[in-house]
Amino acid sequence: MKINLLEFYNLMDQDDIILSYKGDVSSELVSSVLQIIESKMDKLEEPSRIRKKVYNVLVETLQNLYHHIAENPSLSGKEEVSSVIFLIGKSDEAYLICTGNYMENDNVEELRHRIDKINNLEADELKDFYKEVLNNGIMSDKGGGGLGMIDIARKSGHKLEYNFKEVDQQHSFYSLLVKISE
Amino acid sequence: MENLKIDGTPKTPTIVFNLEEGKLLIRGRSIPENSIEFYKPLVDKLEEYTNSPQSSTEVKIQLEYFNTSSSKCILDVFKKLEKIKSNGSDTVIKWYYEEDDEDMLEAGEDYQAIINIPFKMVEMEE
Repeated sequence: MKINLLEFYNLMDQDDIILSYKGDVSSELVSSVLQIIESKMDKLEEPSRIRKKVYNVLVETLQNLYHHIAENPSLSGKEEVSSVIFLIGKSDEAYLICTGNYMENDNVEELRHRIDKINNLEADELKDFYKEVLNNGIMSDKGGGGLGMIDIARKSGHKLEYNFKEVDQQHSFYSLLVKISE
Repeated sequence: MENLKIDGTPKTPTIVFNLEEGKLLIRGRSIPENSIEFYKPLVDKLEEYTNSPQSSTEVKIQLEYFNTSSSKCILDVFKKLEKIKSNGSDTVIKWYYEEDDEDMLEAGEDYQAIINIPFKMVEMEE
């Protein structure tokens, strides 16, 4: 093991990371992370408005990761691309939820387009877009339907920050950062 | 027709559907990974109720959280209720939200804009 734990500790401390995880995402993991963050926010006596927003965004981002792997057979089972990473942090001004996962290069443009579209909408336009997709969108087998990202943007109130990095001919690494503040 | 009762869990709400009284309650958290599977018994029961509903139907939605996967299923439930209403049952949806929870109030208003059933927004004190 080459990792320097003290360095890692200081890195997490410096960036106000409450929780970090790398690995597979199961339904049980989602439940546990929600529980940990909920009790952390309880301890910090966060106002219920913030608590609810963080909880909601966390549910959507973690379940996006959960479904993403299940719905992409080319990723599942291959450990080098099926693992995800996420960090949950709290700075003075905002809660930060960051997720990262591998995806197929072929799907990058569509996702980039979707996030850009959401980022270009104002709050009331986002509300209309949400209703439109809710009412007309096609549901996937698991019940998703493109609503997740819109909901994340609505609850966050900030623009979504993202990055795609092509790692080889087939895969890119996708990172998403969501900020939640008063 | 038998009533439907599903106990709540940390990820799924309590559901009580009393068909003789025409009363449906959904309360708690609705954040399952697979919402379609969870809501199927309720959607089936509503289908059964559609053919011979009570003269009035009262629906109470008292959710603390719901994920977007549940939001589609909740819409399906409301669409079934529209059918029940057009079959002659005087139907009302009471949408509960905690004081200060603007997001939950807005979520109720989103449904209100889509669904052709009277909504009553009920604020609960914390």
